[in-house]
Amino acid sequence: MLLIKCPFCGPRDETEFRCGGQSHITRPGPHDVVADAEWGAYLYTRENPKGWHFERWLHAGGCRQWFNMARHTVTHEIRQIYAIGEPAPTIGEGS
Amino acid sequence: MKQNLRHEVGGNIDRSQPIRFRFDGRDYTGFAGDTLASALLANGVRVTGRSFKYHRPRGLMAAGFEEANTIVQLGSGSRTVPNLRATQIELSEGLDAKAVNCWPNARFDIFSLFRLFKPFWPAGFYYKTFMAPNWKIWEPAIRHGAGLGVSPRSADPDVYEKQHASVDVIVVGAGPSGLAAAIAAGESGATVMLLDDKPELGGSCLYELGAIEGDPAIVWKERQLKVLATMANVKILTRTTAFGYYDHNHLLANELLPGNGKDSRQRLWKIRGRQIILATGALERPMVFPNNDRPGVMLAGAALQYLHRFGVLTGKRVIIATNNDSAYEVAVELRRAGVDVALIADTRDVGYSSVATRVRSMGVEVASRTTPTDTIGTNGLCKVELHQVDAEGRALPGTARLLAADTLLVSGGWNPTVHLFSQSGGSLRFDDGQKAFVPDRYVQSGVLVGAAAGIDKRDAAVATAREAGANAGGKNISKPAASSSVNVGQTFWSVDVTTLGRNSAKAWVDLASDSTESDLRLAARENFISVELFKRYTTTGMMTDQGKTSNVNAIGILGSVLAKKPGDVGTTRFRPPFNPITFGSIAGRNVDNFYRPLRRLSAHESHVALGAKMEDYGAWLRPAYYPQAGEAEVATLRREVLAVRERGGLLDYSPLGKILVSGPDAAKFLQRVYVNNVQTLKVGQCRYGLMLGEDGIVKDDGVLTRWSDESFVVGTTSGMADRIVDWLEEWLQCEWLDLDVTVESVSTQWATMMVAGPKSRELLQRLGSDIDLSSEALPHMWAREGSIAGVPLRIARVSFTGELGFEVSVPWSHGRSLWDALVSIGKEFGMIPFGLESLLLMRVEKGFLHVGSDTDGLTQPQDVGFAAVIEKKKEDFIGRRSTMTPDARRLDRRQLVGLEPVDGRTFLPLGAHIVGEDFKAPPVLSQGWVTSSVQSPTLGRPVAMGLVERGLERMGQQVQIYDGGKLIAARITRNAFYDPEGERLRT
Repeated sequence: MLLIKCPFCGPRDETEFRCGGQSHITRPGPHDVVADAEWGAYLYTRENPKGWHFERWLHAGGCRQWFNMARHTVTHEIRQIYAIGEPAPTIGEGS
Repeated sequence: MKQNLRHEVGGNIDRSQPIRFRFDGRDYTGFAGDTLASALLANGVRVTGRSFKYHRPRGLMAAGFEEANTIVQLGSGSRTVPNLRATQIELSEGLDAKAVNCWPNARFDIFSLFRLFKPFWPAGFYYKTFMAPNWKIWEPAIRHGAGLGVSPRSADPDVYEKQHASVDVIVVGAGPSGLAAAIAAGESGATVMLLDDKPELGGSCLYELGAIEGDPAIVWKERQLKVLATMANVKILTRTTAFGYYDHNHLLANELLPGNGKDSRQRLWKIRGRQIILATGALERPMVFPNNDRPGVMLAGAALQYLHRFGVLTGKRVIIATNNDSAYEVAVELRRAGVDVALIADTRDVGYSSVATRVRSMGVEVASRTTPTDTIGTNGLCKVELHQVDAEGRALPGTARLLAADTLLVSGGWNPTVHLFSQSGGSLRFDDGQKAFVPDRYVQSGVLVGAAAGIDKRDAAVATAREAGANAGGKNISKPAASSSVNVGQTFWSVDVTTLGRNSAKAWVDLASDSTESDLRLAARENFISVELFKRYTTTGMMTDQGKTSNVNAIGILGSVLAKKPGDVGTTRFRPPFNPITFGSIAGRNVDNFYRPLRRLSAHESHVALGAKMEDYGAWLRPAYYPQAGEAEVATLRREVLAVRERGGLLDYSPLGKILVSGPDAAKFLQRVYVNNVQTLKVGQCRYGLMLGEDGIVKDDGVLTRWSDESFVVGTTSGMADRIVDWLEEWLQCEWLDLDVTVESVSTQWATMMVAGPKSRELLQRLGSDIDLSSEALPHMWAREGSIAGVPLRIARVSFTGELGFEVSVPWSHGRSLWDALVSIGKEFGMIPFGLESLLLMRVEKGFLHVGSDTDGLTQPQDVGFAAVIEKKKEDFIGRRSTMTPDARRLDRRQLVGLEPVDGRTFLPLGAHIVGEDFKAPPVLSQGWVTSSVQSPTLGRPVAMGLVERGLERMGQQVQIYDGGKLIAARITRNAFYDPEGERLRT
């Protein structure tokens, strides 16, 4: 079970959180100018890296705040936690 | 019965405290300090179990976690526990155990007739045999025969608990390495938890009595325990088995608590350690040769444990078969205890090596390049046949020896206990020196020490463990390198008896799942050569054993078939739990009422007093209906519906989701959330609306009320209330950070009572408040705030019944008073309480949508009559783009319509499919199905709704509905069956 450092509450067990999937996805719009393919990609195309993944999490059983996380999908190392709206950090290769 | 194999001296048992117990219906006596296994062995019980597939007689083969044969059902009644290993059960007075998987007992097992079928049960038997079209024939027999023990039939009366902990260092295993590591970590000032599965600390110190750092192991151990006892920062848990190593150094362990039945029975520990030191030791490997499963064949190291931990001899005349030095120590100890050690058969050429010379001086014969090729005996070992072998394991014809023995001790080398390490994500490499898989790459913060790291010299093990413990406070601990001293000279993984004109059909590799050497070879020949597939196809390593004794031999055998080294064959990843745990332990206190707490209404007691039938609706305990004495459900619903339609009724509607959305940008936000136009909503006005997911699928519906320019209450279905709050928050926090909006659930701040029916206005006027309820002041779909007797009050004129209706809300704490007053006054008007089932019946009569019933994971708003609403709205909203795709514009989409039986009488079964006019027999493509169906009390006939292909275009047409072989003729209609123009709710 991951130990996640909520930026507001400190380190807590993963069971208190909910993963919202890949972060930094821009919502295309408005509806009448978006192409089918662009909309389809926004809905369904996601990264599935073996390595660093930038995803958003909700402290559902705590402060109910969303935040971003850089997590390694093999080792589950959490390298960085940063605010929604901030750009994804640059992380070197390896874990 | 006399304990005829109990030694006169030795063992940590109390000979002055006899303990009576029962096994397989017979009474025995053991001593305090025994395990069930050691007591059975002392009593000379040879057959202690039956094998899984063929019900072959089996006896004890190990002394710990790795026992694969003696699996018992402990106790009876509600406290019974299935599938425990006898080697892990502490003996207690009156203990009653029974071998599993046999009848009537392990001594005589009727199912042993299965042995006759052995040739028909090869590897992959299940996959080859139990398949269509005969699955129906096999399934009942398999279900009957499946499994080992039986679960208790009644609820477990005991309490189980969970405890969390967080420490600097966790040390798993309290053998020499574990003790050294824990003390060193403790001395460094770290907080430490030391876990061991046994009742006492010491691990191998308790039976490998040789020197550690110059002192006898027992003396050394006592000294360490004294030091530990002075350390307040080291917490010691005995009878605690670490069984799971999860991400971020999260270790799960199960503690058995004495005092069974009085206090808690087991405690599940969830521990975070900054560092985890695994001092889990090593498990001995069996050897693979024909009939190696006969009772009396046992791991050599186990014999040493029985001798020194329990003072039990494994037999009177012993033969030892080995490929390494460790078994020679066993021979020495047994010889000292007076046991006749007839022969040591070593696959190596041991010549005049020091270990061989030593045992020869004690009168024990040592035979080089020799290994067992068969065993003889009915229900236990009588004789062992041995042959000389070459380096490839081929038995040499003409070299046979047949020796009498009641025990055959085997040692095929040692496997570091790397299960927890493997669970942690660590990878293994095959060490050619010790012929075993040892730790390679670490993923998490921790280290293996001692025998678990492949270091079997105890002084070296203790030294590296101490270093690891001392440095555990630091970030990186150096990982000790494997080094072996027992000289495993393994050159083959199973003896080849084909040179003798025999086969290996009875050379067992996995005793627990009954798979043999020939099964594995067959699987390899059938090309199941990926180790993961090989494991599943042969079921090797899949049962209670979980590969503890079988995995490495199986990998070795697969490698020899493929001419690959074991390291190139690879390993399967071990999974939790390392040792079985009970469901009780997993559930802890989350049972009965604490499994899923139910929410109660403010007027709960009043509903119960009125005789309501209370049922669980999505975590809420709500009145389903209010039956009179002796009244059937159908009659109650009919009575309640007719009363509401004729006069009126009252329903506790409090679980409805209510979300306060406020702030300067509230209207802008909700405009993006709803399919409907929100910005035209005036203060005090209500609007029924739909919300979609981004995929355009209908997510939820409800009534939105605008209370001020910047304040709205979003109504949701009760089941979605929590999820919609989360969803709105996600949009605000992650997508539209520029919007100034606050979202707050007020579902349980307001208790809401539905007042419905022609007389509802009169009732509310009699109740009295400062709100004008006239149709002019409060038209349909409008709401007003006011107060009643000083209490804040909100009345919304909305209807889910199709009648004139109001939803009356007061602060939750006043809910019951409001309900009681309404019920009391309602009597004057003939208005009665009605339940949720009656409401749902009325909504179908009226054709109101129920999201989740009348919609599914493909339903978009245009399918349920919202095309025009979308058409009129200019702005984007969540999911809008998905309603514009080619698929969303398809003309043959399923659309929600009404369905009525053509004969006006036949009930249309819920879920029944609509089939084409040319339908003859299934399978055919479905044209849709019935989503809601009721026998309408108001109309006196059945009515239904359904999602039907091109439904709107086919209005008025006749369709066929298929129901289990019958066809029902139905007509597509509008889905408003009752008062289609809505005159009644506007009165």
